[in-house]
Order: sequence, then structure tokens, then C-alpha cells
Amino acid sequence: MLKDITLGQYFPGDTIVHRLDPRTKILVLILYIVALFLASGWVGYGVMIAVTAVCMLLSHIKPANIFKGLKPMLLIIAFTAALNLFYTKGTPVLPGWIITWEGIAQAVKMILRITLLIAGTFLLTYTTSPMELTDGMERLLSPLKKIGLPIHELTMMMSMALRFIPTLIEETDKIMSAQKARGADFENGTLVQRAKALLPILVPLFVSSFRRADELAVAMECRCYHGGSGRTRMKQLHMTWQDGAAILLFALLLAGMILLKRFGL
Amino acid sequence: MPELRVEALTHVYSAGTPFEKTAIENISLTVPQGQFVGLLGHTGSGKSTFIQHLNALLKPTSGAVLVDGEDINRDKKTRRAVKNKVGLVFQYPEYQLFEETVYADIAFGPKNMGLDKEEIDRRVREAAGFVGVEEALLERSPLELSGGQKRRVAIAGVIAMRPGILILDEPTAGLDPAGCRQIMANILRYRQETGATVMIVSHNMDDAARLTERLIVFDHGHVAMDGSPEEVFSQPERLMEIGLSVPQSTRLAMALRAAGVPLEGPVYTHRQLMAALKEVGVC
Ligand SMILES: Nc1ncnc2c1ncn2[C@@H]1O[C@H](COP(=O)(O)OP(=O)(O)OP(=O)(O)O)[C@@H](O)[C@H]1O
Ligand SMILES: [Mg+2]
Repeated sequence: MLKDITLGQYFPGDTIVHRLDPRTKILVLILYIVALFLASGWVGYGVMIAVTAVCMLLSHIKPANIFKGLKPMLLIIAFTAALNLFYTKGTPVLPGWIITWEGIAQAVKMILRITLLIAGTFLLTYTTSPMELTDGMERLLSPLKKIGLPIHELTMMMSMALRFIPTLIEETDKIMSAQKARGADFENGTLVQRAKALLPILVPLFVSSFRRADELAVAMECRCYHGGSGRTRMKQLHMTWQDGAAILLFALLLAGMILLKRFGL
Repeated sequence: MPELRVEALTHVYSAGTPFEKTAIENISLTVPQGQFVGLLGHTGSGKSTFIQHLNALLKPTSGAVLVDGEDINRDKKTRRAVKNKVGLVFQYPEYQLFEETVYADIAFGPKNMGLDKEEIDRRVREAAGFVGVEEALLERSPLELSGGQKRRVAIAGVIAMRPGILILDEPTAGLDPAGCRQIMANILRYRQETGATVMIVSHNMDDAARLTERLIVFDHGHVAMDGSPEEVFSQPERLMEIGLSVPQSTRLAMALRAAGVPLEGPVYTHRQLMAALKEVGVC
């Protein structure tokens, strides 16, 4: 079922990671990603794995959920690993082989890098509701308003899109079921036949999406929505000492990774 | 003509996530051929989940559904074949219309069954007749019709497959009284002329009392009551407890009895109420 797509899904909870300010979490993710890309030696990767594991433990997110999210990326990961495996020069594993020890190391590192990158991003979306996430984004980007970028409008659009993804998925599911009940077949047939089979889903989906967009616009106007200026929020964002500590820790992690890279570890 | 049997059916949504939800649990029942069954239950009691198992749209988490003694989930072929035997009309089916003309939309189901052109034409016209969609409407775009007309076209789309078991999820939701009556009459006519089994999810107690032969009441994913309208509506307290009500005539009869009018027999339709009142000489 479409519902089982976990990409960007939020798992409600009440752990320290859930409670952190979304701004903190976004900043921390950026620090984490930069640190990850600085890792070059095994020690560096070891540190990053440890950090990710600790974060997962703290947020009570099961590794199984992360791996489920990895599934759609498997092909890309395998492809990258294969490229590195075959195209890295060095000492061959066996005389005459194209596969080298350096290639194997590089491939493993590539797999680790992509996996950790995705795991880190998932930890953010698993522990932060879409609303918090866009709120945090808006606040972090708000300095850009000074140079005339419509930050509020952009984040509003983003939060609406996020808000309606589940609705759309649900709607697609429903229409698909209804057409299946009338004998529609989405799984068999040639590519052309299958593309054609999508029509009975797409047409009703578009019709209802436009209707919904219309209704939403009217409902927003009825509640006097007039853009971002002077709007207050129901949920104020607060930074606590924990946020400070989290940012500090990850800044230290970054510094540590820079040092490790210096020493080639 | 098919008999429907459900054995220990359980369905869990999003199993293994924090959103895990047992929608129906351990439901067993048999519906003989030709019965007119009403499904009652509060919102979220699992009615829609239940009926989507009956034509293999949802796979049981455990348990089985048998049509004519054959497990419909046995393999891909049976899962597909059952869609021709069990017709399912969803809640607000008008949102599934997609073809350029009403005719083409009603023909979608029969076409998927692989019937030839003449047979499809015959079925489309017959189905349109059953639901009272006039010839002139057949060439119009379904998006130009009124809500009630769209609903009837959508129902015709399922009837055109001539299912031996017709299941409808709240077919009258959101329609005006005239529209409701028309749709119920259409369904009755389909049943009379084809002898099909009909199962209907409804929140309208009066319709349920007047039209059905058997009522199955859902409560939190379980079957709370199962019997003739007479049996079910003779326990108003139980129904209220579940969050449902009884037909207006039953409520009126209860009030009259409480006020000292000695009404005889079960009362759950207007006709019975009139008869009972006549007996005590009120009218
Ligand atoms: N696709 C789904 N994913 C997860 N949970 C679902 C899904 N569909 C329904 N549920 C849940 O299962 C339960 C039963 O839902 P169902 O739609 O079967 O109820 P219903 O009796 O048809 O209600 P209504 O009268 O409102 O139509 C509800 O608690 C609902 O939240
Ligand atoms: Mg329902």
C-alpha cells in the first residue's frame, strides 16, 4: 500500500530529541552532515557511527525504521558502491584482479556515508513534526527577508504541501481501491497499458486536488489570512540550555572531525 | 448464485508502527444468497474496513473470506475474479468518475471484465435503467452532472458488472430525501430483478428497519449484534450504549408505552406503528 512509504514520516514521541527546538535540530543536522563529509579515515567513520547510534538511542527510533526508509535508496547505494569497487586504483586483491583493497575500502566508506546521511536526515523528520520543521525553517531563514525573499510564503507553501501529502496519498489509495473494485488492473500489462491504467486515478485526483485547493483558499481568506506580516504563532519556539548543549556538542564534533582529517585518521 | 462466508477475520492497519490500529477483530458470519443485510455501527467501528475485505481489496491480517466456498485470497487470479462477483460501491463514489462521457464511465467495469462490445452496450443501458439515468445523460460528461446524478452513475458503474453480491458503503450520504429514496428504490429494484445479495452500510435507522432482512451491528471492530431488525431494535438500550439510535417509530412507540398507551408487538416501521395504533383504537 502507498501508506507504507515512510519517507519523511513523523513518529510522535516524548524524548529529549523530540523536545529539542526544531531550529536546533536543523542546525545540528547541518553540522552533522558537514562532519560526515569530513570523515575520511576509519576512526572518523567510527565516530560518526557512534554519534548516530547515540542519537537513535536517545530518540527511541528503532534501527528497523531507518532501514525501512533506506529501501528506496538501495539501488543508488549499490550502484555507488559498485562504481567505487571497480574504479579505484591500488593493489589488486588477487594478482590480475580489477578489484583492489583500496576499492573495497572506498566502497564500504561510500555505503557508510550514504547510509549515515540518510539516517541523520530521517532522525530529523522522524522526531520533528512537519509543522515544527517549517516553523524552524522560517525562523532560520527569516534574515533573508531583508533582501526581499518571500520566506514566509515559501515556508507556508512548503508546510501546506507537507500537510497535504498524507491527504493526497489517502485519496489516491481510495480512488485506486474504487477503480480496482471495478476491475482496473494496475499491476499487469505492458508499460503502455500500465501508463494508460493510471488515467482512472489521475483524472479524479486532479479534479479533487483543484477543488481542495479552491476550498482551502476560500477558508483561509474567511479567516482573514493576509500573508506573513504581523502574524503571531500559537506555538512559540523556545531555546533552552539543552538546545545550547546540543549545538555545542555538534560544533565540537565538527571540530574533532577537522582534527581527525588533519591527522588522516 | 454466491454465498458469502467470513471466518475469524481480523485486520490491523500499519502493523509494526506506532500507528498500529486493529480495525476489525475476529469477525465470523455467513450471508446466504439473496439476503438483504444492513451494516450499522458508529464512525470508526470498522464497517468500511470489513466490506473492503469482501472483494479482496484488503488482505486479511488473519482469517478468511469465502465466496461460494472458495477462499478469495487464494492467489492473484481469485483476488481478481472475485471483483466480478462482489460489486463494491464506495462512500462518495462520485469522486471516482473519470471518463469523458457517462456511457464510457459506466462501461469501465464491463470492459475490464473483457466482455464484447454488444454485451457492454447492453449492460451499460441496463445499469443506467436500474438507477434511473436517462439516455440523454449518457453522452454528457460526468463532471457536469448534479451530485445525486453523479452518485447514480457511479452506482451504475458497479451494477453494470452484474455482481451477485452488491455492497454499498453509505450510498445515500449527503443526498436530499428525494435523492435518498430514489437510490434506495434503485437498489431494491436491482435486487428484485437479479436476486442478488445486497449489503448496505447505513446510518439511517429508518431505512435499515424498513428495507433489510438482517442487521449486523459493529462496535469497536467487533460484531455486537446480529439478527433481524425486530431482534436488534428490541434492544434499544444496547443500541444507545453503542452510540446508535432506534428508528423514529420505535422511539415514538416507546414514549407512548411509557405514557400508558398499551401498544402491541414489535414496532420499528411506520406501518407497524400505524397498525399498533389502530389496534388500540387511536386511529
Ligand atoms: N487506511 C487506514 N490506515 C490506518 N487506519 C485506518 C485506515 N482506514 C481506517 N482506519 C482506522 O480503522 C478504524 C475503522 O475504520 P473504518 O473506516 O472501517 O470505520 P467505519 O466504520 O467505516 O467508519 P465510518 O462510519 O466513519 O465510515 C478507524 O479507527 C480508522 O481510524
Ligand atoms: Mg466508512
